Amino acid sequence: MLGFVARRLVSLLVSLAVASVVIFLFVEVVPGDPAAYMLGLNAAEDTLAALREQLGLNGTLLERYLSWVGGMMQGDFGTSYTYRTPVSEMIGERMWISLPLAVYALTLSTLIAFPAGIWAASQRGRFGDLLVMGVTQLGVAIPNFWFAMLMVLLFAINLRWFSAGGFAGWEAGFGPAVKSLTLPAIALALPQASILARVMRSSLLDSLGEDYIRTARAKGLSRRQALRRHALRNALIPVLTIIGLQFSFLLAGAIIIENVFYLPGLGRLVFQSIAARDLIVVESVVMLLVFAVILVNFLVDLAYALVDPRLRVGA
Amino acid sequence: MSRALLIGAVLSAVFVLAALVSFVWTPYDVLGLDIPNKLKAPSAAHLFGTDHFGRDIFSMIMVGARTSIAVAVVAVGIGMLLGVPLGLAAAARRGTLLDEVIMRGNDLVFAFPSLLIAIMITAVFGASAVNAIIAIGIFNIPVFARLVRGAALSLWTRDYVLAARVAGKGAARISFEHILPNLANLLIVQGTIQFSLGILAEAGLSYVGLGAQPPTPSWGRMLAESQTMFSFKPHLAVFPGLAILLTVLGLNLLGDGLRDALDPRLRRAKR
Repeated sequence: MLGFVARRLVSLLVSLAVASVVIFLFVEVVPGDPAAYMLGLNAAEDTLAALREQLGLNGTLLERYLSWVGGMMQGDFGTSYTYRTPVSEMIGERMWISLPLAVYALTLSTLIAFPAGIWAASQRGRFGDLLVMGVTQLGVAIPNFWFAMLMVLLFAINLRWFSAGGFAGWEAGFGPAVKSLTLPAIALALPQASILARVMRSSLLDSLGEDYIRTARAKGLSRRQALRRHALRNALIPVLTIIGLQFSFLLAGAIIIENVFYLPGLGRLVFQSIAARDLIVVESVVMLLVFAVILVNFLVDLAYALVDPRLRVGA
Repeated sequence: MSRALLIGAVLSAVFVLAALVSFVWTPYDVLGLDIPNKLKAPSAAHLFGTDHFGRDIFSMIMVGARTSIAVAVVAVGIGMLLGVPLGLAAAARRGTLLDEVIMRGNDLVFAFPSLLIAIMITAVFGASAVNAIIAIGIFNIPVFARLVRGAALSLWTRDYVLAARVAGKGAARISFEHILPNLANLLIVQGTIQFSLGILAEAGLSYVGLGAQPPTPSWGRMLAESQTMFSFKPHLAVFPGLAILLTVLGLNLLGDGLRDALDPRLRRAKR
């Protein structure tokens, strides 16, 4: 197990290093001088020089890369040009919306998908199965930001159960804060729950066809007991992969959904920064999100190894 | 023909037809403003109503289909053109450094959700339909590379490949003459699915302003423009959204149906 973790850890670090180089070079290819790009056409020469100094643009490419990465490792993401505040502070504030939103959506997605997938598998070919397959077919095809708008129309404007947008703030208390994240989380969760329910169903059907299920049935277990005690655990492996992948989709997808609900999360920060040409912020947020994705994939790999000892060897 | 395939084919055909017809005819000019008739509810004159500039929403949806198709087709094309050779090369040189580099490169691209790629590109080069295509296209490359590598690996063990090797053909020739033709069905099915994902992605990117720019009509941007008004004029948001939903649904059903029709083994195994 230790060797497995070590191998995965090395691959995690390599991925992070390569990703940081790619993101760094991407911003480096900005045509011309990044300082001039950020300040626009009419910038005075001394302002440009000051910004170049502040951005550390005077060193060599390698020096600049190392200082960027070195800074991030110490939690220093640089200073936003437009807001004149440390980027780490801005990210810190916004993360307390985006991260809970992604976790909330993932929880909802799992809570919906597991029973739906299991029900469909146990009802194979009958009404429940057809219903779940039909609804999930729609759920996969619906653009989540449009679904979000429809929910605003129904639950916020007509029924007035929720507010149409904005964030109550965690200082307003857990209840109001979670309430303002509920519609966004449902919008994010719906397509993911549809995919997950389908994976859960087909994975369960696969393991229900295995010999050990026949053995369990021959031993006298009911179909339901065999499903719960034997098939479910084996069916979880592909489901875990998808949950891991979904977390990254949810983090990135939150960027769009935050715009529907005017939530001041990382997504809105990114768009405001693009509009303001604040490249330092864009660069840092993208690096952070990619870091989160790579880290989650690493954790999923570890989770596999716990669920299925066979995967610990080789791999 | 299965029912899914039929419904999918019809929905997809309607969508392609709307785009094609829009080149020669739309009920109204999508660029012409008609302020006196702004925000009209659906009626006989304007089937889907009009927007805040008085433009006919039905016409805009027809022209918007063009944008969606163009972006998604080119993005899938980029993914196939680069991803398929990479996958073939990785399979032909399995277990070597080349294989390892290609597959790890794939993993890396997977770590960048297409939205993040689009954001990076937009932040640096500005928002446009072309940049949306590149962002979605880049994300498609590893999808095809991985699919092709997996399928090609099993084809390499076939007798006819062995025969070709005995006949003195090199790995590249075998890949293109014997492996690739056998992957056609797989590529058609995956291409359809990526096409529908491309349409969803384009809609999302235009919605946040990272896709096609005005005045080019696009479904995503129609939804974005309706954002401040749809609470009292729901038709502004309902129709473009339905267009996206039905198109993506149609393409998904078509993909599923084609898979069953093209691969009888899979149909039998399907539970």
